[in-house]
Amino acid sequence: MKRKIKDLTLQFVPYTEISNLTPYKKIKKLLDMIDENKILIIQGKLEPHEEKDLIEETMRKIGTSKKAKFRGIELASLVPNMKNSNVFDNFKTRVANMLVGERDALTIIGPATIVKEIKRDPSKMQLLLKT
Amino acid sequence: MIKAIKDFMRKLFSGLFSIKNNFKMGFYGPPNSGKTTLANRICKDWTGDELGKTSKIPHETREIQFKEKVEIEYKGNKLTFKLIDTPGISTKIDYEDFMKFGLNEKDAKKRAKEATRGVIESIRWLDDMDMVVVVLDGTKNPYTQVNITIIGNLVARKIPVLIVANKSDQRNFNVKKIEAAFPQYRVVSLSAKFGKNMEEFYENAFALAKQRRSMKKKRKR
Repeated sequence: MKRKIKDLTLQFVPYTEISNLTPYKKIKKLLDMIDENKILIIQGKLEPHEEKDLIEETMRKIGTSKKAKFRGIELASLVPNMKNSNVFDNFKTRVANMLVGERDALTIIGPATIVKEIKRDPSKMQLLLKT
Repeated sequence: MIKAIKDFMRKLFSGLFSIKNNFKMGFYGPPNSGKTTLANRICKDWTGDELGKTSKIPHETREIQFKEKVEIEYKGNKLTFKLIDTPGISTKIDYEDFMKFGLNEKDAKKRAKEATRGVIESIRWLDDMDMVVVVLDGTKNPYTQVNITIIGNLVARKIPVLIVANKSDQRNFNVKKIEAAFPQYRVVSLSAKFGKNMEEFYENAFALAKQRRSMKKKRKR
């Protein structure tokens, strides 16, 4: 049976809000927000080990979440394509990333009960919602 | 002091074993990409046995499965591999999806619970691999965060990676999409089900073993 989405919350998470947290606290914070049925738009991207931890914690939460409907997450990150940039621009971006973190990427994470799929190619994302 | 001696002995013995041609080869990827089918194909080719059960229902492999001492010969060289088939990694598991394949609610919930544990187990085993074959379904979009996360974590651990574009026997198979998604990796297209292009796979498995060996030597220096 198809169900209608009554409301949909998109929550912007600035880089500074999570960058100083420990990986555990960062993941807990994100998953708590997702558990409230929010789709998160995060400035920046998670490190590979944080993504790995996020998947692990998500699996644990599927079995233990107070909300019986929690079935996991959908996530995708977009990183700017630097292929067509010149050497100087590339260098500038790398230095900026080293100094202030990788803020020019974008990550979307949503609950799997709302987001059916995030289709992506290198430069665009398409959210398919469950209706 | 005792701990230091123990560490020294462990390093000495692991060093001795690394001289042997014995490699732990892990099969990673999303569910239903054909990891077990490929591991079975290799086992059948070289031992005559199969490693695990396959199914159209996702998350058929929910525990790590091994096959010890699989000796593979390629162009006169022999290497021994321990094949480690892992449960498919995913970011969501919904028992209702299993019910679409005819499972009753109780069995579907049990399968979902086991599948979540399997994903955690797969992730934990990443550190133990000498090399990893990332098996992707060549008929599906490769730009998924799970694929990127798996490969990103292997790179961070300096584990040699080979990408397999499986299901080349199917009409909508498209290896170019996978090559475009992961341009810095060697991609071997094959059909594990029908054993198509396995020769190229073995050639690359040997290259991976060579890469691993030279990485270990560099670390020792």
